[in-house]
Amino acid sequence: MNKRRIAGVALFLIAIGGLLGLSYQTRNRSSAGGSITTVGSTALQPLVEAAGEQFSGDHLGVFINVQGGGSGTGLSQIQEGAVAIGNSDVFAEEQSGIHSHNLVDHRVAVVGIVPIINKKVGLKTLTTAQLQKVFDGTYTNWRELGGKNVPITIVNRAQGSGTRATFEKWALRGHRVKTAQEQDSSGMVRSIVSTTPGAISYVAFSYANKTVQKVAINGVAPTNQNVTSNKWQVWSYEHMYTNGRPKGVAKSFLNYIESPKIQSTLVRQLGYISISQMHVERDVKGRVTVVR
Amino acid sequence: MDKIKEKLQQTSQATRSERRGRFISFLALILILVVVIAIFWFVAAKGLATFFQNHISVWDFLSGRTWDPSVKGANGKPEVGALPMIVGSFLITLLSALVATPFAIGTAVFMNEIAPRNGAKILQPVTELLVGIPSVVYGFIGLSVVVPFVRHVFGGSGFGILSGTFVLFVMILPTVTSMTADTLKSVPRYYREASLALGATRWQTIHKVVLRAATPGILTAIVFGMARAFGEALAVQMVVGNATLLPHNLVSPSSTLTSVLTEGIGNTVMGSLQNNALWSLALVLLIMSLFFNVIIRIIGRKGELR
Repeated sequence: MNKRRIAGVALFLIAIGGLLGLSYQTRNRSSAGGSITTVGSTALQPLVEAAGEQFSGDHLGVFINVQGGGSGTGLSQIQEGAVAIGNSDVFAEEQSGIHSHNLVDHRVAVVGIVPIINKKVGLKTLTTAQLQKVFDGTYTNWRELGGKNVPITIVNRAQGSGTRATFEKWALRGHRVKTAQEQDSSGMVRSIVSTTPGAISYVAFSYANKTVQKVAINGVAPTNQNVTSNKWQVWSYEHMYTNGRPKGVAKSFLNYIESPKIQSTLVRQLGYISISQMHVERDVKGRVTVVR
Repeated sequence: MDKIKEKLQQTSQATRSERRGRFISFLALILILVVVIAIFWFVAAKGLATFFQNHISVWDFLSGRTWDPSVKGANGKPEVGALPMIVGSFLITLLSALVATPFAIGTAVFMNEIAPRNGAKILQPVTELLVGIPSVVYGFIGLSVVVPFVRHVFGGSGFGILSGTFVLFVMILPTVTSMTADTLKSVPRYYREASLALGATRWQTIHKVVLRAATPGILTAIVFGMARAFGEALAVQMVVGNATLLPHNLVSPSSTLTSVLTEGIGNTVMGSLQNNALWSLALVLLIMSLFFNVIIRIIGRKGELR
């Protein structure tokens, strides 16, 4: 009886102790310089994950923890100093609640964003004015735009999503849109557009595959080439923010991602556009300058 | 003499172990209490910040129809009207409970009264299995089966209250069924015997005696199911469409409190109005689940008096 109880207590203590020990063993060693955590944008996540894996392969004992959560999460976590790097699709200045003065911006890639429609609509190009009127609800049927007779179903990304912010700013020119369906991931948006008659939405280039119809805007085709020359204006930088100047592992990891090795391989393979390919530069206010 | 007295006055082994046991269970109770209070405190502090820090009137929040916290409305205040979500949540919850109840009662009656042996052998494990299916699986099936079905049959985009109802109805069915079955089981055997002895048929017995006696328990089961439906996030979010619009019919995209919460929380920054507004939605959810709990209590107490 007594022995049993002692055994029970011992087992309990061992279990607790084991758990604590395990968490201690596998703890986040960011302060020790062994590994770092990056949090934020899901659009940038695949690149950071792939680059992080290669980085740990080259640097033994160093780990890059990559977490999603959205651009807002990335920016707020880096502002609080909870992580080493915060990933975002938008400039820190554009996000409300973020005091950007001590955040340092590292632009690691560019993504183009393209409107997509269901294949059966039968349209391949729209003008800016037409897009605005589709998204504000003036047009309700594709027939009015020369397409098939199907009602228009708008599918938005969630409020505060970086893709949505970019699309509304550059494709709709800040035009106020009507409240419509919202989905919180690009993959979900694509599958809904591909299966719902008359659906329209927008995704990053890498998500626009054969199941949906990409739409040209004002006759400009959504290609990487056109993004690099800013003829296709609907694009955004992928930012990796650090709180103050990067140090230690964060610094070497950022250098690694910005290095030609990654920029010319992983970045392109995963459907992003390398910063070095860009012929133009755009600042927070949207002013475009030509890069020499 | 003194030795015996001393020994008698000493705390015995049994007393000590009882004290220890009482202490441990008291600690566990305190821990849970602290966690609950901390959650309430946190959600309330965050949720009320919308009203005290950002100076949004509670009435605007509860009755406003536009949800766009990052845009200023006509009155110069950010637009945080939660009415579409509140209406959406309630509609989905009520409809799914309404659809689930007859099925649940029917299954429970079959399991307990009509074919107790087969019921226990087949139906019981099946309903228990349904409880164990993760909600993301329900959501996925909803997205790939229910939504196209609704679109074909009822038109629209397929996303909306109706699809949400279908998915939630299956989700809460096992909860309501097994709780109803338990209540039916607890109806004393002599009720049935007395009824049958008076010459009532089996149906009359079930209908007039067993179900009547079990009514409070069945109500509790339904409210339990509603509480679960109200709090469900993932599966609903996948099929409801997440448009913060007042539903003008059952197949127009709409939203629930939970769907807007899960969708928005990753895109906002702690401490900003957008984030606080989401916490206010969480506060509404919390208050509603409290409300459901209170209802269950009241029904339970009424049932005892009979």
